[in-house]
Amino acid sequence: MIKLEPRGERSKRMAYLSPVLAAVLTMLTGVILFTLLGVDPWEALVTILYVPISDTYGIAELCVKATPILLCAIGLSVVFKAQIWNIGAEGQLLIGGLFGSYMALQLIDVESAWVLPTVLVFGALGGLVWAGIAALLKVQFNTNEILTTIMMNYIALNILLWAVHGPLKDPDGYNFPESAMFSDSSLLPLLIEDTRIHFGLALALLAVVAIWVLMSRSFYGFQIKVMGLDASAARLSGFKEKRLAYFALMLSGALAGLAGVSEVTGPIGQLIPNISPGYGYAAIIVAFLGRLHPVGILLASLLMALLYMGGEMAQISLGLPLALTGLFQGMLLFYLLACDVLISFRVRWISRQPTTAPIQPTTNTQG
Amino acid sequence: MPKQPVPPRLSLRGITKQYPGCIANDDVHLSIAPAEIHALLGENGAGKSTLMKVIYGLVKPDRGELLWDGLPLEVKDPAHARKMGIGMVFQHFSLFDTLTVTENIALALGDDAGELGPLAEKIRTVSEKYGMAINPEREIHTLSVGERQRVEIVRCLVQDIRLLILDEPTSVLTPQEVEVLFVTLRQLASEGCSILFISHKLNEVKALCHKATVLRGGRVSGACIPSEQDTTSMAKMMVGDDTPVSTTYPKVLGDKPVLEITQLDQPSHDPFGVHLKNLDLTVNAGEIVGIAGVAGNGQEELLASLSGEALSKAGTVFFNTSSAGKTDVALLPPDQRRALGLGFVPEERLGRGAVPEMSLTENALLTGFLTGLVKQGMVGWQKTEAFADKIIKDYKVKTAGRHAQADSLSGGNLQKFIIGREILQDPKILIAAHPTWGVDIGAATAIHKALITLRDQGAAILVVSEDIDELFLISDRIGAICDGELSPIKPTPQSSIEELGRMMAGDFSPQVQPATEGTHA
Repeated sequence: MIKLEPRGERSKRMAYLSPVLAAVLTMLTGVILFTLLGVDPWEALVTILYVPISDTYGIAELCVKATPILLCAIGLSVVFKAQIWNIGAEGQLLIGGLFGSYMALQLIDVESAWVLPTVLVFGALGGLVWAGIAALLKVQFNTNEILTTIMMNYIALNILLWAVHGPLKDPDGYNFPESAMFSDSSLLPLLIEDTRIHFGLALALLAVVAIWVLMSRSFYGFQIKVMGLDASAARLSGFKEKRLAYFALMLSGALAGLAGVSEVTGPIGQLIPNISPGYGYAAIIVAFLGRLHPVGILLASLLMALLYMGGEMAQISLGLPLALTGLFQGMLLFYLLACDVLISFRVRWISRQPTTAPIQPTTNTQG
Repeated sequence: MPKQPVPPRLSLRGITKQYPGCIANDDVHLSIAPAEIHALLGENGAGKSTLMKVIYGLVKPDRGELLWDGLPLEVKDPAHARKMGIGMVFQHFSLFDTLTVTENIALALGDDAGELGPLAEKIRTVSEKYGMAINPEREIHTLSVGERQRVEIVRCLVQDIRLLILDEPTSVLTPQEVEVLFVTLRQLASEGCSILFISHKLNEVKALCHKATVLRGGRVSGACIPSEQDTTSMAKMMVGDDTPVSTTYPKVLGDKPVLEITQLDQPSHDPFGVHLKNLDLTVNAGEIVGIAGVAGNGQEELLASLSGEALSKAGTVFFNTSSAGKTDVALLPPDQRRALGLGFVPEERLGRGAVPEMSLTENALLTGFLTGLVKQGMVGWQKTEAFADKIIKDYKVKTAGRHAQADSLSGGNLQKFIIGREILQDPKILIAAHPTWGVDIGAATAIHKALITLRDQGAAILVVSEDIDELFLISDRIGAICDGELSPIKPTPQSSIEELGRMMAGDFSPQVQPATEGTHA
């Protein structure tokens, strides 16, 4: 039998080292994996981790990829601090993309500086509403948000597919499941010429700063943290749990929605069936890998973006399957959780049944 | 030829147990003869719990040995201890609320239980023989705390018991119930069973125990025969020479009602909770009102309806703290009650009074946010840090600093921090639940002094506690709660421990006592 015993002191330093350790272990496992697959492990690692960002174009692409992940993850850091497990950033992202696309198509003939902000706000609103449904179910009916948010991811995906195959399909698009290309007035401007880095990155960085202020400087953020750590202390101090739960979930939903609309109005430029290769799910890993801290999340989202690019690169130049990306993401989370457990607990092997076992008949019968 | 005397039932030699950061037991020697009632005295944190866990096989000592009837014994686990005839009654019971007495005992005995029918019969006879009758068919949730303790004791007695360990058994009993327990224990001892009685209540030890071993800081600080000692000398052994062990405070009576409860009738949301029945209570400015009671008689419900965690019917709870006059607070949430001058010290200091993983600074903000620490939604961290530092300094909180996590503090120090945090906000009403529970005597004295000082500054203070000595020490008026009903509240000098004990058991009738003029029945 294996028993986990708590270690006395939890070390802050180890808590921050754990993600680094997890990343290193993931790479080491990768090396074993590549060797078994008959690929030179050094070459594979270089292909995945270095080649994608070996030139300025690559670095720009890294930023493009990191943008939606960062937006989702920074929102998730708020709900996760409240100990509300929103697994639905993916669905909120898709609905955000859908809402934004709808508005962009409605305003396709309008030329005004207001078009883009309207589209962005509408997209964020989509994510907010989508997360709001889960918040309503949680607060009013005490449903488990892990289940509802996961299920709503699939609903969101199917609504998006319906829209793109149906009402939002481009009438002049030869029946491809795609919307019309958006007009220039609803496209995000580029931040840096000759790259694809768009204004969404600025929004994401702004969100990082705003969330940092919210969580470390504002009293509202403090209340969210207290609620997550110790609900009865929050209640005793009169913090409004329901309102905080709505706020945290809807804020993360809005940021995921913003990620979605930034994708369709940024690098994609129209609504297509697959606007996200699982950014919303990757963001969960990023949020934890970044220890729910804005700076950590910024770094982790870059690493995650690199894994997406590296996976594609490995497929192209080494013939390795694209599933590699998912595999590396999974290993990262697995090792992170394992490191966290082993930092707080030590493992003991126990040979016998524990003490609660029924006792043998006593032979000692003197009165 | 040396004569061989009867070996002690249990003998501990040089037991040492070290935990990271502290030595829980340091070279502890102790021996108990057959038929002896032996007291293990010590403050919280003196190492009593660790020592009894060693005897019961829950903890392995780093060094030292244990002799059982003169022979070395290594207790492998509690099952082994039970097999040897060692029984233990914990302070916190492990009973299943929805099962019957017999089922609970059968679960604890495992294979030894046999058929339920004969076991029930045995429970009935054993419990009657020792004067603590319990009905084996009753479900646990229908039993009072005292009766639950009987179940735990009977669980030990249905087996062949040779050493019974009781951990602070009287903390959950009324004074009358304590007497009954002592009769049982004396009878048990007269039949040859050894009893290890763990306590910090000196009067009880004096009344019951043949011998006593005193622990302080993990070491044996003295051994004595309690009947030959006075309580002060034993207290000195427990706390050392430098801590004052007894003080008295002058009693006063206020006349301006500040906290008023009228006809508070409140069903509990918890299926095992207590229904508050038509409570009336007034606490005046400049006095301390103490409410005694055995745990689980409506204290939690009363406290929740005062803190604002539970809302009540309009017109049942009033604060008279502002110049505007009486405010009906029954429907106000906790933060708005705080804004009206409420300070609140909850029973659980970690995980309600303070967030365990947060720093002292953050925990100062937890309830201090209404005192100008937050401006336009932003936390003034510098001010908050200054507030935390002031609490730490003024209330002599021993800690590495304001950055220390709340759960790194000892119970007494954290309690001093929480009390200080509430008092420094200058409350008009302070409600304290079990303010010195599990706190060492030094900290308890500091906390009592702080409450008295606050009283003398004119605050209305309500203390709910299970510790009768504490209530008599600091309360100006005193009463008891039983099954959701509140007894009449009498000026403390006109009440007595016996009367309070009766009230804790639900008998509120004015008794033919020497001092009856203060009763308002």
